[in-house]
Amino acid sequence: MAQEKPQRKKVPRQKMPEQAPGVRSKNFDEVPFGYDPELAQLEASRCLQCKKPKCVDGCPVEIDIPSFIQLIVDGDFDGAAREIKKTNGLPAVCGRVCPQEDQCEKLCVLGKKGEPVAIGRLERFAADWERTKGELILPEKTPPTGKKVAVVGAGPAGLTVAGDLILKGHDVTIFEALHKPGGVLIYGIPEFRLPKSIVEAEVNYLEKLGVKVECNAVIGRIESIDGLFERGYDAVFLGLGAGHPMFMNIPGENLCGIYSANEYLTRSNLMKAYLFPEYDTPIARGKDVCVLGAGNVSMDSARTALRLGADRVRIVYRRSRTEMPARIEEIHHAEEEGVEFHLLTTPIRFIGNDDGWVTGMECIKMELGEPDDSGRRRPVPIKGSEHMLECDLVAVAIGAGPNPLLPTQTPELGLNKRGYIVAEHETGKTSKPGVWAGGDIVTGSATVILAMGAGRQAANSIHDYLIQNQTTWL
Amino acid sequence: MYRIISKREMAEGTVCEFALEAPAIAAKAEPGQFVVVRPNETGERIPLTMADTDPEKGTVTIIFQVVGKTTALMQTYEVGDALLDVIGPLGKPTHVEKIGTVICVGGGTGVAVMHPITRAYKKAGNHVIAIIGARTKDLLILEGEMKAASHDLRVCTDDGSYGHHGFVTEVLKEILDKDKNVRLVVGIGPVPMMKFLCKLTKTYDVKTVVSLNPIMVDATGMCGACRVSVGGVTRFCCVDGPEFDGHAVDFEELSKRQSAYLTEEKKAMEQFMGQTGSGS
Repeated sequence: MAQEKPQRKKVPRQKMPEQAPGVRSKNFDEVPFGYDPELAQLEASRCLQCKKPKCVDGCPVEIDIPSFIQLIVDGDFDGAAREIKKTNGLPAVCGRVCPQEDQCEKLCVLGKKGEPVAIGRLERFAADWERTKGELILPEKTPPTGKKVAVVGAGPAGLTVAGDLILKGHDVTIFEALHKPGGVLIYGIPEFRLPKSIVEAEVNYLEKLGVKVECNAVIGRIESIDGLFERGYDAVFLGLGAGHPMFMNIPGENLCGIYSANEYLTRSNLMKAYLFPEYDTPIARGKDVCVLGAGNVSMDSARTALRLGADRVRIVYRRSRTEMPARIEEIHHAEEEGVEFHLLTTPIRFIGNDDGWVTGMECIKMELGEPDDSGRRRPVPIKGSEHMLECDLVAVAIGAGPNPLLPTQTPELGLNKRGYIVAEHETGKTSKPGVWAGGDIVTGSATVILAMGAGRQAANSIHDYLIQNQTTWL
Repeated sequence: MYRIISKREMAEGTVCEFALEAPAIAAKAEPGQFVVVRPNETGERIPLTMADTDPEKGTVTIIFQVVGKTTALMQTYEVGDALLDVIGPLGKPTHVEKIGTVICVGGGTGVAVMHPITRAYKKAGNHVIAIIGARTKDLLILEGEMKAASHDLRVCTDDGSYGHHGFVTEVLKEILDKDKNVRLVVGIGPVPMMKFLCKLTKTYDVKTVVSLNPIMVDATGMCGACRVSVGGVTRFCCVDGPEFDGHAVDFEELSKRQSAYLTEEKKAMEQFMGQTGSGS
């Protein structure tokens, strides 16, 4: 008789304890509280420990998911964190912000008939345990290679490249334009989704490993890429991000009270304007707010507006619910908190008062036609459906393009026609010898984990190039 | 941390000058560029043009008018204190060519911004006439420096306490009436001054460049706080500017955008004055 697999009790997916919507929409504290050890072990016990784990295929950095989950079942939470860190240097971040529903959890076998294992929540649990209660054991250092690498940008891609290469014995310096490292982790994602103390801890960890971080360094101004080579760097990685806000380019867009989501979130998250006047940077506290777009940035902007005291926050999106790109959990949290959704709607102009402040938007209803080049159905205006939406603050969260500062200073860097850096698919090599790129500056706005995956690939390519003293480029 | 190497107060204490230890910035800075300063951990980021740089000493000089909480706080700093963050050099450098006669007009603290630019135009071989103005004699700054940076300096005060009694635009008009060979006017100062200066030079059809000072946050082109309309197109002052064709700038819009936080600025200043127990 064939040996039967031990029967697992039908344990449901464990709910995440979190702040109630009515309470949390008034504070900037983190919404989910995280699993406690009991909940974590119960959830971890649901994992079937598949021999051929599908979940790993869904992970852009190929974490050995069944292994770390088993370690949680065994009670070795530090071990679980270390297992994850073999392939993912920012587990506390990823556990919070990855769109697991499109990645690991989408492929989980349990998801076919029930709910997938809450892989993201378990990753978060392990990372948080190690950071707050566990013992931080630094991995063994490899002997120095004598090679120097400059990483431009301390966002997810750059931090990953730095973390990988320092472990391989290279000398690594990150140059960051802002006064604090983290990129979108620090300026884009709000405190209530990703506490900044976690980002600081992750960067401190890299510094403990030997990575040097220089803030206030705008490469392209304080130094050129060629200048970095002249200073003795052997390789340069560009993780510049998609830091150029897209606007609608419709009349009235420069009225006061109309912010790019980048500005709105940077004031709130990086500059802590939600603590004004304790912190000096102000932010307009609209009472009747409209947010354009329906990605994660839009959800973040809408939920920030609520916390800043808005009475009404409406997300205005030109497509329908199915096309909304935001993470399911973010849409869900936004709705619970009272954010309204005006779908199949787009503004055609902004209206303002004599003081130059926005007072409303004239909008038009849309219907969906044939798919466009993103694969989503193209919105088409419905004639005669013009209507007004009153508002006193608008956050434009319709995407971000490539920040042109460094590329325009480096004309030999190949760009595509939309201004993104062209990089070889598997390696991240750009057209300029010795220069790699990855993350949003190559792909356009995407996710933290995809930037990390690109960073991983580039780090491998950089390492090979440096160790083998390669002379040919592409 | 960026140490204050020297400090000078001017214009009856309404204007303050710091030379900051910032060798990397001093080595790369060019006339017309600016820095962003954040004085402390709770501080905001504000753009300030570099009035001067000394690559050998490794210093960058900023001159700022005390107008709100951040500048008032900075004024309390002394030699040996340090500003937490200084980022630069930012913005496009002034485009300087040898073209002939150039008039450089600076109003108020705009003179500080004007100084390195004036010097650059003179160095490039242009005949440089400088016009500087302030409300009253004691509020004039950098007169000596501007005299050295130009071939011909004219000074104005609104109240007539020194030099020509009137606005810089009046002196400019006098020169433009007499001299038909003026190739370029550069104007830097409060928005109303730049607006009227551009209206004037348009009637003489003289190319005019202004340096704008919108509110900024990141100052590297990432947020759009500094957007200005130039020729009907939205530009980011921090990466496309700070200098633009004065005849194409929408000054009205700039003025309104600069006023976006008046309420908050007042609140912050009142709180600061209350804390320090100082009157203004």
